[in-house]
Amino acid sequence: MKLPDLAELAVRNLRESVLRNSLTTMGISVGVASLVAMLSLGIGLQQLASRRLMKSGLFDTVVVTSRRDLRNFNREEERNGPAPGESRILDEPTRQEIERLPNVLEAYPDIRFITELRYEDKAHLTMIAALPASAKSTDAFESVKGHFFSSETAPEAVIQKSFAEELLGRTPKPGLDETNVAELAAPLLGKELTMRYAQREAAKTASSAPAASTGDEGMAGAAYSVVSRELKLTIVGVADLDPESMRGPTRARVFLPLKLAESLHVMQPTDLREMSRSAGDQPLYSSVSVRVKNPSQVQAVEDAIKKMGFNTFSILDASKSIQQFFKVLDVFLGIFGSLALAVASIGIVNTLVMAILERRREIGIMKAIGASDGDVKKLFFAEAGAMGVLGGIVGVALGWAIGQVINLGTNIYLKSQSFPPEHFWAVPWWLVGVAIIFSVLVSLLSGLYPAGRAARLDPVQALRYE
Amino acid sequence: MGRTDNFPTDGAPAIHLEQLCRHYRMGETVIRAVDGVTLAVRAGEFVALLGSSGSGKSSVLNLIAGLDRPTSGSVIVNDRNLAQLSREELARYRLRTVGMVFQSFNLIASMTLAENVELPMRFAEVDRAKRDSLAREALSRVGLQARMKHRPSELSGGEQQRAALARALINRPQLLLADEPTGNLDSRTGTEIMNMVRDFNQQMGMTVVMVTHERTLAERYAERLIFLADGKLISDEANSGVIATAEAERGQR
Repeated sequence: MKLPDLAELAVRNLRESVLRNSLTTMGISVGVASLVAMLSLGIGLQQLASRRLMKSGLFDTVVVTSRRDLRNFNREEERNGPAPGESRILDEPTRQEIERLPNVLEAYPDIRFITELRYEDKAHLTMIAALPASAKSTDAFESVKGHFFSSETAPEAVIQKSFAEELLGRTPKPGLDETNVAELAAPLLGKELTMRYAQREAAKTASSAPAASTGDEGMAGAAYSVVSRELKLTIVGVADLDPESMRGPTRARVFLPLKLAESLHVMQPTDLREMSRSAGDQPLYSSVSVRVKNPSQVQAVEDAIKKMGFNTFSILDASKSIQQFFKVLDVFLGIFGSLALAVASIGIVNTLVMAILERRREIGIMKAIGASDGDVKKLFFAEAGAMGVLGGIVGVALGWAIGQVINLGTNIYLKSQSFPPEHFWAVPWWLVGVAIIFSVLVSLLSGLYPAGRAARLDPVQALRYE
Repeated sequence: MGRTDNFPTDGAPAIHLEQLCRHYRMGETVIRAVDGVTLAVRAGEFVALLGSSGSGKSSVLNLIAGLDRPTSGSVIVNDRNLAQLSREELARYRLRTVGMVFQSFNLIASMTLAENVELPMRFAEVDRAKRDSLAREALSRVGLQARMKHRPSELSGGEQQRAALARALINRPQLLLADEPTGNLDSRTGTEIMNMVRDFNQQMGMTVVMVTHERTLAERYAERLIFLADGKLISDEANSGVIATAEAERGQR
């Protein structure tokens, strides 16, 4: 029998007992819907998590530290790695060398220091961090009120909103901080901050350094002096940045342009340890952040930098286990979703077996007038398949609707709890396709037994009884 | 018994049954529904199988129709032994070579007459466009052109049997097998149906095997009357009156 004929006969047979067949199809729909609902929840949560993590900017960032640095991230490597004597120092030529590695967008030193800022004659002590120009494009500074630095060397500052609150003498109200950034920014933008900091200056002789102690183990010659300086900064932006974010300038509340910060030669905590190596004015970096073109290249870049003799750290290691977690979650959600479909498939078997009993005579007639076993089998298969297609389509729609309703409900709840709305639910096109195909496959599988049984029916027996 | 072993030269046997047996096992006992029947039917012949119920006449018909397989012996139709055909080949044989009509008409209740008549052509994979015109033609030949869109339940018994006849003949079979075709009809409509069957036999040269328990009906239409009892062939008589008219008819063609 040809396919169009088969489809036509299958549909007309399904329409003969509309109630039973539509109930069976509803069963499949519910099964598919639960599968779609479960999986789209899994996918939605995964997307939410990776969106959040991507926003942090850490997925494409490798942090490089010298192996001499005590604050090693990888203890294992510290023990097994090259002896401290072989390890290299992290200075400007090294930074440039790293920047020349393939797939590296930029490498910039992490400059941060704690110092005093004066605003309207009141002093505030806070962590200050330098930002490269590229930080502007990351999501972290998307919601900055005002603007980003006008140039790499401009005496400008972007401040974090909690610092803005501090400057204005307001107490932060938890839960409402999403809305008042603009309000905070208004009185502060364009105002001046005075930063007081300690500048490191190379000294000709150790004895001439009044404020800093030099190495006491006979490392004469490698000395510097520390001079107190002041710099006027203009507030150009208020960032809605989470101070607890995992991004490079952790916990900093005031940000300066990178080149400006570099030119200040602010006294760094590492200077005390690295002074023996410091050659004149050449700065040493406690760590360098490397931005990679694509998160997938992070591993390769990390390996290349490790070969150069540095310690590296990236969130990739952490993200691997996150991805694994979501894979496991998807599998579990999929299994629970499939359970309903399995129940639905029993419904198909039942309906078709019933149909065989009911259409026993019809099958006998068809065989008597020339239908082959294959024709009868295909007909029942087509009926199962048609129920699968229909159930799949209705099920996907139903699953999508359930998702929308839950999404809506969750967001109403989130709003009442003063959280921003989120998308927990994602029904990608591939899931739509996979769900329908899966539904058809399960239906055909369920049709296997009834179709075989119908095909084997003895026509003489079937025609004998009225 | 003259004609079985003395064929006219113009007709090789279309159907040849050789020591045909069909036994059913019912628990401990074996029912010998067909028990060693040997029989030859010429191409174009109209044969009646007669006997009381349980005589095995319907079982013989089902074996000739390829709906059932013999326990032993052979059913040779057009030089092919049905006992040796695969299920698939047997289905093709039923589709192409055999047309069947039944006492209870056996039209599919959910389909219109046109669809019922079309169904064998669907199995034969005839083109859709061709199917429509062939079904229309077949139904007009049995006088049902006005009833094409009706369902069987909306028709009288005679009309249903005429539709069944149209369906049986749609794939132009060589063999028409009829199982008590008038059993559910009054005598007037029964005659109407039988006249049609005779016309197909005589005009198209179709071999007809009819099962009936009505001797008078068989005597009016069949060229040969074959009697069965307890699964065995007990007599095989030529029906001289019918033969004469049939031969006269064939002579005219």
